[in-house]
Amino acid sequence: MNFPKELKFAQTDEWVRVENGIATVGISDYAQDALSDIVYFEFSVEVGDQVKAGGQLGQVDSAKASSEVMLPVSGVVTEINEAVSDDAEILNKDPYGEGWLLRIKMDDPAELEELLSAEAYQAYRLG
Amino acid sequence: MFTPHTQKDVEVMLKTIGVGKVEDLFTEIPEKYRFPELMLPTSLTEMEVADELEGIANANGSTKSLLNFIGAGAYDHYVPAAVDMLLRRGEFYTAYTPYQPEISQGTLQAIFEYQSLISDLTGMDVANASHYDGATAAAEAVILAYHHHKGKRTKFLLSRAVNPQYREVVRTYTRGSKDITIQGDDPETGIDASMEKLIAQIDANTALVMVQYPDFFGRVIDYKPLIEAAHNAGALVAVAVNPTALGVLTPPGEFGADIVFGEGQPLGIPLSYGGPYLGLFAVTNDLLRKISGRLVGETVDNAGRLAYVLTLTAREQHIRREKASSNICTNQGLMALASTIYLSLLGKQGFEAVSNLCFQKAHYAAKQISSIQGYTQEFSSQPFFHEFVIRSPQPVEHLLEDLRAYDILGGYDLGKDYPELEGCLLIAVTEKIGKEDIDLLHDALIEVTHD
Repeated sequence: MNFPKELKFAQTDEWVRVENGIATVGISDYAQDALSDIVYFEFSVEVGDQVKAGGQLGQVDSAKASSEVMLPVSGVVTEINEAVSDDAEILNKDPYGEGWLLRIKMDDPAELEELLSAEAYQAYRLG
Repeated sequence: MFTPHTQKDVEVMLKTIGVGKVEDLFTEIPEKYRFPELMLPTSLTEMEVADELEGIANANGSTKSLLNFIGAGAYDHYVPAAVDMLLRRGEFYTAYTPYQPEISQGTLQAIFEYQSLISDLTGMDVANASHYDGATAAAEAVILAYHHHKGKRTKFLLSRAVNPQYREVVRTYTRGSKDITIQGDDPETGIDASMEKLIAQIDANTALVMVQYPDFFGRVIDYKPLIEAAHNAGALVAVAVNPTALGVLTPPGEFGADIVFGEGQPLGIPLSYGGPYLGLFAVTNDLLRKISGRLVGETVDNAGRLAYVLTLTAREQHIRREKASSNICTNQGLMALASTIYLSLLGKQGFEAVSNLCFQKAHYAAKQISSIQGYTQEFSSQPFFHEFVIRSPQPVEHLLEDLRAYDILGGYDLGKDYPELEGCLLIAVTEKIGKEDIDLLHDALIEVTHD
């Protein structure tokens, strides 16, 4: 299982990569593995939405259950990866690459400090 | 009192849970409500009870003994005997939600066939199985459109020519929701077949436009301009249908509807004083994941044999838990089965024949009645299916009362729901009505009018 060092993680299993104040968000390798076969992803937000950390980002359906994906940071949604809506399996195949979910222009970079480092997240999930 | 337990069983159970006597289990209930004295008449024998109940039942009028021209959303069609015979088989009658495919293949296949039939009939990609009735299906169309737009569009336009009961139930369902506004069915917008005043209200905040086909007055309206305007504004369009009419009319799926719903009662379900009925609900593939209830899919088992399973239940409580936006469980499975049997028995040609008979007979009736001095057909330039509006020279209430003396239920008094149609009667004609029945209504109308 992969926990890339350059990423930050939420306890609710989302990852964040920040470049020039823009946060790219996805779900972790651990999350996609726990969900098993992902069949559908539905975004709860749209480009242009002002969103708050802790709100709902979307809904992910696997063959067995339906779960929520949360927003790890606050800001304005600048981009959404529509490829995920068309083919949710890419979340299983490449959660840190092709399976990214959306980009947010962050309101408050300090929010990142409340997220876990890759090591801390790995320890939290795998003990 | 019937109890399967012996006195000894009861004592053991009480001892196990540490309670002295059965009465102690009811101490939570206030004393005066605990064992109220029942004011019952002296007991009767079974024969006496049967006699009394039959007497009460016989006081009801029914479409068996009366000549019925009332429709307005529920229609008196012939139900072949095989429908009830198959429906009452224990395997179907007692079945619960078929979560276990290995023991539910019959029920699952029946649901799959139902979905396929309704999709074909409406011209839509996918149908669920099912809602409670046409009115609750209408409310579901509004809820679906609300979620489809993620709650960002708040205006829901309902045509005034949609069944008034459907509109009332939509308002009941959405009453607690501050960001849903139901409008478009006011007298000012009106019931003009051009739909111009309704179309003018479509804007970027419109989530859904709902129309009926044929409409509540039986009219067949070309909704293409309305659907185009709605889609240009990004709104969904829901079309309420009478399934029987789809035997001869173009299905709404072919002219751009996003949601097609309706009352399934005409498909092999008796009038039964108003229920149980059946809510039809079908959508385009784009809305597949937004529909409530469950979908059954066809697949193969591990030995390659054809099998049916619950494939998708995207909004239900057993998959979404506290986030569920629907909880359709056993729904109207039995009624959906009745309509499946009905449609299968009739077949494509038989169903078209029923639809065509309704159409032809209604047109004969409209011609006959509007030939009577003082009776005129409203909206006469507009095509209609098996229901039409007649303006009466005398108050409709009196007219209907007079017709009752001839054992005729003359129609539905439109003035109750539409002040602008005070003095108008909605008349429905199904395949059960013969030419001589229509002539009887014609003659009776002449007699009561000349009185």
